[in-house]
Amino acid sequence: MTALALLGRGRRGGLGALGTTAAVVIVAAVVLAVLGPALTSADPDASDFANAYAPPGPGHRLGFDGQGRDLLARLLTGARTSLLGPLWVVALSMTAGTLIAIAAAWFGGWLDSVVSAALDVMFAFPGVLLAMLVAAVFGPGLSAAVLALSVAYLPYIARLLRGAALAERRKPYVQALEVQGAGSVAICLRHLVPNLMPLIAAQATLFFGYAMVDLAIVSYFGLGVRPPTADWGVMVAGGQPGVLQGYLAESLLAGGCIVVLVVAFNVLGERLSDDCGQGGTFGPSRWWRPGRGGTA
Amino acid sequence: MSEAILRVEGLRKVFGQAVAVGEVSFSLPPAGALAVVGESGSGKTTVARMIVGLERPTAGHVTACGRDRSQPARSARERRRRGGEVQIVFQDPYASLDPRQSPAAALEEVLRLHTALDRGRRRARVAELADLVGLDERQMAARPARLSGGQRQRVAIARALAAEPRILILDESVAALDVSIQAQVLNVLSQVRERTGVAYLFISHDLAVVRQVSDDVIVMRHGAIVERGPTGRVLDAPEHPYTRLLRASVPGPGWRPARRIGQEAKETR
Amino acid sequence: MSDPINRRMSDLLDISGLTVRLPLQGLPRTVLSQVSLRVGAGEAVGLVGESGSGKSMTARSIVRLLPTGAHAEGSIRFGGADVAALRGPALRELRRRVPMVFQDPRAHINPVRTVGDFLTEALRAHGRTPRRAAEERAVGVLEEVGVAGGRRRLRQYPHELSGGLLQRVMIAAALLTEPLLLLADEPTTALDVTTQAEVMAVLDELRRERGLAMLFITHDLELAAAVCDRTAVMYAGRVMEVRASALLHQHPLHPYTTALSAARPRLDRRAERLVTTPGRPLSAFEAPHGCPFAPRCAHVRQRCHDTRPDLLPLAGGQVACLRAEELRQERAVPHE
Repeated sequence: MTALALLGRGRRGGLGALGTTAAVVIVAAVVLAVLGPALTSADPDASDFANAYAPPGPGHRLGFDGQGRDLLARLLTGARTSLLGPLWVVALSMTAGTLIAIAAAWFGGWLDSVVSAALDVMFAFPGVLLAMLVAAVFGPGLSAAVLALSVAYLPYIARLLRGAALAERRKPYVQALEVQGAGSVAICLRHLVPNLMPLIAAQATLFFGYAMVDLAIVSYFGLGVRPPTADWGVMVAGGQPGVLQGYLAESLLAGGCIVVLVVAFNVLGERLSDDCGQGGTFGPSRWWRPGRGGTA
Repeated sequence: MSEAILRVEGLRKVFGQAVAVGEVSFSLPPAGALAVVGESGSGKTTVARMIVGLERPTAGHVTACGRDRSQPARSARERRRRGGEVQIVFQDPYASLDPRQSPAAALEEVLRLHTALDRGRRRARVAELADLVGLDERQMAARPARLSGGQRQRVAIARALAAEPRILILDESVAALDVSIQAQVLNVLSQVRERTGVAYLFISHDLAVVRQVSDDVIVMRHGAIVERGPTGRVLDAPEHPYTRLLRASVPGPGWRPARRIGQEAKETR
Repeated sequence: MSDPINRRMSDLLDISGLTVRLPLQGLPRTVLSQVSLRVGAGEAVGLVGESGSGKSMTARSIVRLLPTGAHAEGSIRFGGADVAALRGPALRELRRRVPMVFQDPRAHINPVRTVGDFLTEALRAHGRTPRRAAEERAVGVLEEVGVAGGRRRLRQYPHELSGGLLQRVMIAAALLTEPLLLLADEPTTALDVTTQAEVMAVLDELRRERGLAMLFITHDLELAAAVCDRTAVMYAGRVMEVRASALLHQHPLHPYTTALSAARPRLDRRAERLVTTPGRPLSAFEAPHGCPFAPRCAHVRQRCHDTRPDLLPLAGGQVACLRAEELRQERAVPHE
């Protein structure tokens, strides 16, 4: 029996080849985004129509877009907005989701009922549509989209963490602390949250990927990041006239960056959630992983 | 007999339609050792959980150290004071410790909560408690995952004792341990009682263990007490048919398991 | 039982020199080391040990249910046939003849199918028995294990039955395939004492009526002594002692058996202090080079650390202790 248990543990730990690759891709993207402007002398916003759709040349290794702006510079600068947006979404929704989940799980009773009912209602709103609706009402912009997506992701995060927090709360070590007379806040902050951290990290990684796609969609439709600000979603849209004329570079490169990073975040997120014993993952349904979503 | 340190009167707990505990009364003298024996569904664990405040009694009173604790604590101070009166050690050694906290840190946390000792004094007290339950410094600094079931259970006992409670409830605390480890922990418990004068309320299904650790025993079935008395008398000359059945079900030399007729129908849930 | 020890005429199961290694954290680790054990037809043998002793692994080896990556050496013969050589239908036949009953019946039954489905499934698949006849048989075996009202039980779901009742259903399922040897892996550990007594009574009667052999795995030396003809005590993946149960319980020869017996509190009197053994039980791969029990043994000598003792015949049983003979004389254990 003991031997079997040990055997089970042997498979866990470590990210595996795929997970490590994903982590490397993500770290590389972050480094490139941070260093961005230092890597190229070109100005991402300087437009020179003489260079429209010009092929790569010295000093402009990826060539130019339809408005004659340096593509490499725009991709690097775009990386910042494209990573910062999801970062905000994840930070906001994870923080709020964790707080709500733990409060509901810890205090139970009417608070738990109210939270659960509210979450059920929120499940009804698809993230992208909500973001577009908000943009339509308050005008386009990144912050509106970020807020809308955070609200849309909240129920998925809160529901998963509420379950995990409830399970943790019933464990003898937590009950022993209650019997000791320790305060609720102290128990939650010092014991519950740290023990939920692996799960929180895994979810954050997964939702980073989702947020990236959703923000790109919103920006693509012109309701998120406003052109001329460089952003991968904006670039995919901006490159479309070029595609019709046979100049694929802009849309393809920006779209490629999004795909590679989203896949990397998904792979890493899945690996991390495998490690914290969470069977499968949980989140809005996605067309690239049919049937695995958790839409209500 | 001196004034009881723990008194339970007419304690009752109803979950929905089901009566888990009905009208249970008993008392425990200072430094005494009372065992509550019963099978699953007898309500013995629910009684323990009501005494420490993890379940709220439907009716009845729990008095510990002369103070009523039937209602939830109103203030943080009251909660801490109750923690300093009654402590509990649970059954499952694998979930009884925070996996991210070393035994020393867990004890330290309790000392910070219950005492005004400074850092150095706290450290000395942790060493003292570790010594009491037979753990060395290396084990006290280890992550719980590196400790065996018996070692973890000793940590849980030490953590409960850190609050210097007058009453320690042991809820099947040795049931999950290997025989040789169980014996070590039982000896630790005897020694702790002699050295600290703490009173034990020992919840168990194991009659041999009960004999080893308790002075008096209560036999529970379906939420009610069916027999009570000094442990030796109850086990040697059980009066209630159920106690006799329990006694006869314990395997030993010459034991022949017997099929009870007509019992099977009652087993359906 | 008249002299069960020498009843060797028909060894139903013969394990000899079984060593099993499992890959744990990437390394092959020994979990069983040179295990030898025989079970005669109709005989009940207890396999007693603490966690990590390898008792469950021994049972799994018999029906080749070891985890993937396991590597086994030595021989296991069932009814004269080499278990390691069995393939396909022959292996299925072995598993039908040697069914296993586990500690947690709920983990081994499909919760969304009825007891009837569970019991008749195997019959209808293997023997192509028609539904009615299969149900007849199922009701029959349920009656045999003391479950009345079989027809009604067949329509119930596992969650509607208590643990004791469900364990009896598992035993009934084991009976359906005309078993010769029952592997019972702590079948009563999760049950209440009164229920345990009933389930043990059922097993006991079945053995007598059907001439069924049983390998009874438990951590409870007293339970094994009460229901088994012989008892084998395991420690760190090795068999330390095998003897007739009554003798083993009253006059243990191996210091580990003595320690195990002394550590258990007694029902009839209270000890001032229990006699304890320092340290904790080891797994086979943690055990030292010499005698695996040497670091904890009260009778240890230098040679115990140097030489690994073999399981040798002594006083009507077998003991793996270098000092067994010496210690036996010291304690004046009567000869049989």
